[in-house]
Amino acid sequence: MRIFTAVIAIAAGILVLGGYFFPALADIQTLLLNWAIILAGMAALVGIFNLISVHTDKVRRREKGSTYSAILVIALVATFVFGLILRPDHSAMAILMSGIIIPVEAALMGLLTVSLIYAAIRLLRRRADVMSIVFLITAALLILGSATLPFGNIPLLGTLVRPWITQVLALGGARGILIGVALGTLTTGLRVLFGADRPYGGN
Amino acid sequence: MIELIIIVVSAVLLFAITLWKRRSPTTLREIPALTRLLHTLGLSIEDGTRLHISLGSGSLLDARGGSAFAGLAMLRHIAERTSVSDEPSVASAGDPALGLLTQDTLQAGYKAAGVNELYVPTTGRVTGLSPFGYAAGAMYISKNENVSANIMIGHFGPEAALLTEASDRENVVSIGASDELSGQAVLFANTNDALVGEELFATGAYLGAGPSHTASLTVQDIMRWLVISALLGGAAAKFFGVI
Repeated sequence: MRIFTAVIAIAAGILVLGGYFFPALADIQTLLLNWAIILAGMAALVGIFNLISVHTDKVRRREKGSTYSAILVIALVATFVFGLILRPDHSAMAILMSGIIIPVEAALMGLLTVSLIYAAIRLLRRRADVMSIVFLITAALLILGSATLPFGNIPLLGTLVRPWITQVLALGGARGILIGVALGTLTTGLRVLFGADRPYGGN
Repeated sequence: MIELIIIVVSAVLLFAITLWKRRSPTTLREIPALTRLLHTLGLSIEDGTRLHISLGSGSLLDARGGSAFAGLAMLRHIAERTSVSDEPSVASAGDPALGLLTQDTLQAGYKAAGVNELYVPTTGRVTGLSPFGYAAGAMYISKNENVSANIMIGHFGPEAALLTEASDRENVVSIGASDELSGQAVLFANTNDALVGEELFATGAYLGAGPSHTASLTVQDIMRWLVISALLGGAAAKFFGVI
């Protein structure tokens, strides 16, 4: 069984990769990717059942925070049932989306702003090294160079320092990091293609 | 065609270096975040606390899948080592397909440790389907489940700050790495130790995942030097008017 799953996974990986370089494999690549999309859709359903199972278990065992788990399960089941009955494009479902989900995510974004400022303030206490100091000075220069200040812009900061940092230093560094990430992704993908890493089939 | 050549050269190098690494042991440079990871791993087993491994919200169907696979490779070894602990590790994912593989990987770790019967399917979870939904669900784990360390390896954007903030409030150690630049900046500022850039893909090698992982690091180094040479060569050729 282990060998069987590995052979299927490796063959599918090679055919999809090959489809990018050899036009003869393009059709089979599209077919396999379509299957993957359908399976990912099914996986969403399994993921939701997993979420329900974890939280109902918490409610049953009256664990810490089980009230929130109960609210989550009730809201999830209610939304799912209403979605099935009314269909996702119904106005009531649109209200649910724009009245609850989007404001909640916006609120989390607001919390994030506070969290980031708080983290920047505490960075030197957590890790007092050269890189942390460079990080904080750079962040402060960029904020001062971008912000609208009551006494007007600081000379040279917005016109010279900020563009130089973002378009020369930061851009160069970002490209270096992204090349590193791309090479890491490449070797990780090759390990999966070789079957050295098999995050499937319980191996 | 250049892409195909890069892939073929990398594949040949990976295969050859993996065979070579099987015979000769490798010395790895010290990465503070990974040293802390190994330390926390041992400590969590001793003091009966959990590790929370957050794999982010990267989809397996796009380019972000690489970091998700790197996270799964790490999870496999952490699961194997912590499977006999009183409080087994919990893993969370923000993508359903990744969630399924998380459960499969956790079970594989238990099986490798010979304690398959101790595996609990709910230790691998999908906590949300959007980045913020995922972060909100994963924050809950750090807060309520006797977690001593939150290890974040995968695709994270700025929402990672919510997770690290929740961990910080509970005195939970945070170690993080993301393949996205905004996520990396956030993790650098918010975690006890952050992995930068390709260090994300080194976790398997440092956890002793085998010669293919250490060979990957060597291939990455070789390819990086080739890219640097090509960049410098291209700049020099442009300067001298060759191209």
